[in-house]
Amino acid sequence: MSSSVLKEADRVMTICNACRYCEGFCAVFPAMELRRTFTAADLKYFANLCHNCRGCYYACQYAPPHEFGLNVPKALGELRLETYAQFSWPSALKGMFLNNGLVVGLVAALSVAVVVLLTLLFKGHAAFFGTHTGAGAFYRVVPYAAILLPFTALGGFILVSLWKGMMNLWRETGGKPLDLRDLAAHRQAVWDVLRLRYLEGGGEGCNYPDERFSMVRRYFHHAVFYGFMLCLASTSIAFFYDHFLGRPAPYPFWSWPVVLGTVGGLALLAGSGGMLYLKKHMDRAPASPEGFGMDIAFTALLFLTSLTGMLVLMFRETAAMGTLLTVHLGFVLGLFVSMPYGKFLHAVYRYAALVRNALEQKRGNA
Amino acid sequence: MRSEICSAPDLSRVYHVLVVGGGNAALCAAMTAREAGASVLLLESSPREFRGGNSRHTRNLRYFHDSGNRHLTGPYLEDEFWNDLLLVTKGQTNEELGRYAIRESKNIGLWMEQHGCRFQPAMRGTLHLARTNAFFLGGGKALMNAYYACAERLGVEILYEATAEDLEIREGFFTSAAFDHRGVRRTARARAVVLASGGYQANLDWLKQSWGPPAENFIIRGTPYDKGRMLRVMLDQGAQPVGDPRQGHAVAIDARAPKFDGGIVTRLDCVPFGIVVNRDARRFYDEGEEFWPKRYAIWGRLVAQQPDQIGYCLIDSKSIDLFMPSVFPPIEAGTIRDLAARLKLDPVALGDTVQAFNAATRPGSFDPAALDGCATEGIEPPKSHWARPLDTPPFYAYPLRPGITFTYLSLTVNRQGQVIMQDGAPAENIFAAGEIMSGNILGQGYMAGFGMTIGTVFGRIAGKESVRYVVERLKRS
Repeated sequence: MSSSVLKEADRVMTICNACRYCEGFCAVFPAMELRRTFTAADLKYFANLCHNCRGCYYACQYAPPHEFGLNVPKALGELRLETYAQFSWPSALKGMFLNNGLVVGLVAALSVAVVVLLTLLFKGHAAFFGTHTGAGAFYRVVPYAAILLPFTALGGFILVSLWKGMMNLWRETGGKPLDLRDLAAHRQAVWDVLRLRYLEGGGEGCNYPDERFSMVRRYFHHAVFYGFMLCLASTSIAFFYDHFLGRPAPYPFWSWPVVLGTVGGLALLAGSGGMLYLKKHMDRAPASPEGFGMDIAFTALLFLTSLTGMLVLMFRETAAMGTLLTVHLGFVLGLFVSMPYGKFLHAVYRYAALVRNALEQKRGNA
Repeated sequence: MRSEICSAPDLSRVYHVLVVGGGNAALCAAMTAREAGASVLLLESSPREFRGGNSRHTRNLRYFHDSGNRHLTGPYLEDEFWNDLLLVTKGQTNEELGRYAIRESKNIGLWMEQHGCRFQPAMRGTLHLARTNAFFLGGGKALMNAYYACAERLGVEILYEATAEDLEIREGFFTSAAFDHRGVRRTARARAVVLASGGYQANLDWLKQSWGPPAENFIIRGTPYDKGRMLRVMLDQGAQPVGDPRQGHAVAIDARAPKFDGGIVTRLDCVPFGIVVNRDARRFYDEGEEFWPKRYAIWGRLVAQQPDQIGYCLIDSKSIDLFMPSVFPPIEAGTIRDLAARLKLDPVALGDTVQAFNAATRPGSFDPAALDGCATEGIEPPKSHWARPLDTPPFYAYPLRPGITFTYLSLTVNRQGQVIMQDGAPAENIFAAGEIMSGNILGQGYMAGFGMTIGTVFGRIAGKESVRYVVERLKRS
């Protein structure tokens, strides 16, 4: 046990393992019960398996001000943050996890500024503030190559980075590479993700914003997840139309890219807005203060990306399109750049932890 | 933590029902009375964070049910339930009240769910009781949170840090209660009172009256707020006691546990797999007499009878993984001599004890899941099962102290939950529920999840009957 965060997680889980009252809430406690003592690898795995539903905090007979002072969501949340810095790739950039909220905020602001300034510089006022309609209208503001090349390169980098990070987590938490080929475990994990099983907190939801059980966080998260997926689908179809069918954007309202993008964008807007509302109004006692900025920055960036995307759609035939499009692309760029160094990692690491959980529960041992 | 959302109670009014206590029985009584239309004031002596008395340390409840459901694996009928009660109490029960409690518990899980309780499905840790007992999702504190939320919604007025100290009673008739609220003495008036303030197991002075100075070394497993004030007041006012004042449910727990409120995690299940010695490094009882769940409740008293009320359970590395992990790590050493030094025991005496024990063990097929008959020969006290030599380092020790769970001395009640006075007549507007009256039914021993049954059943009865009394009284006047 190196860090004080690890030591605290170990202390907390050792007490939990002698109690086990919370085993009905989520996957962390049944995973804990497979062990008598915990290695650093075990604890890091638990930290990424925890969905931060907080059922165990409000149910805990040993929560502060009890002298044991147990706070599982906080202890695991702090450790989770450490694992992000430890497992992320390339590790030279792990400094980005210190003060992550500020860093991601700056990255986003800088990205918006860069896109707007470069567009103004290279395309001039006329194109930026002009009204453009018809096929290829967007490219008259931001050229085709200026969108395609940076985002393709960045996309490739993100995929490599997330993969490396996930494999680091898999290895460092004691998983064997071959285990990743277990299809049944993946099926279980995908299903757990798609329905957000562990935000059900044993059936009644999780404890947000206060100690009462509620499904609201689960629904907001669903909106974010499926909204994000729809936006991804919209972009992929648009890419296909553009490159293989020779039909560049903008597309009419009743076209797949726009319909999917609109539904996805609205869902993302509602979901991320709702998550931000919950963050603002939630009981902070079971939260890790260090993770708060990271969560806010990522969620706000999602919110702003979808908001500007919707605005582009609404005003694409006006003179505001150039401004809105460049700001939107700026936020997308910020989202992409910060993806391997922020809250987005939870999607990948949580998934790996769920696969691991499916495997070991099936085998009945750690 | 949310602040108390209920407004300050109006102490100038006369409430219909005053509930003293804030655990399971108190809330069941308060919710039931409020649902029947009564105005209800509940006084909980603890701060909000520690509300719920000993119920916050519970995990399940046993109830009569005809068939299994989502969280119970099969039926549990009245006769089996009653026989289980007879077995654990060795007959120290009141058949009328005991059977009544069992019958009234029929399908009570449904009522609990309607009041916010959530049960968990039968899982690994709960299987041995999965047919008879329903487990609260998240345990007793989660149940208390749900009940408090429900009570607030219903309009029960709740005051935390409000410790009832005295009752104004004239000829068995209650008029008001004096209580301390954050240092200020105040009075609450009501037409009826439900006493659901627990036993006196956290009152060391009272325990010393029964147990003598050794009680100083007892650890109280549950809430520090159960001082037995209402029990004392009622006994002084001439209520009829029931239950042995010299008895309490005491188990051997880790001596390093907090003095109060250590709850479930301080229990130790290692005794059957090792030996237990006292301060003088001597064994004093058969560690392998029976399966641990059938014996753990006698070890509190066994340790209490040893000098300084301390014991040490010794095992070796063969046995370290055979029992539930506990909250404190074992004390570890490479040799018995070093272990003695760590425990501050006489190394020669401990060496002799272990040597004699090892010499008395016989080869056999050790099986932790069965009464394996691996017994010692020619040693006093014997060890009847699971006797294997302590010979494989590292050696481990867990220090043991008596941990008291609850006391048996109670107020006698009738089927309406009314407190019976010395003359045998019920006090017409004084009701009792929960641990304060559990000695009527549980005169000895314990049965998992049955304290919560008594609390829920008699809480509801007291809630209902107190309102019935108030209504009839108001009709008459």
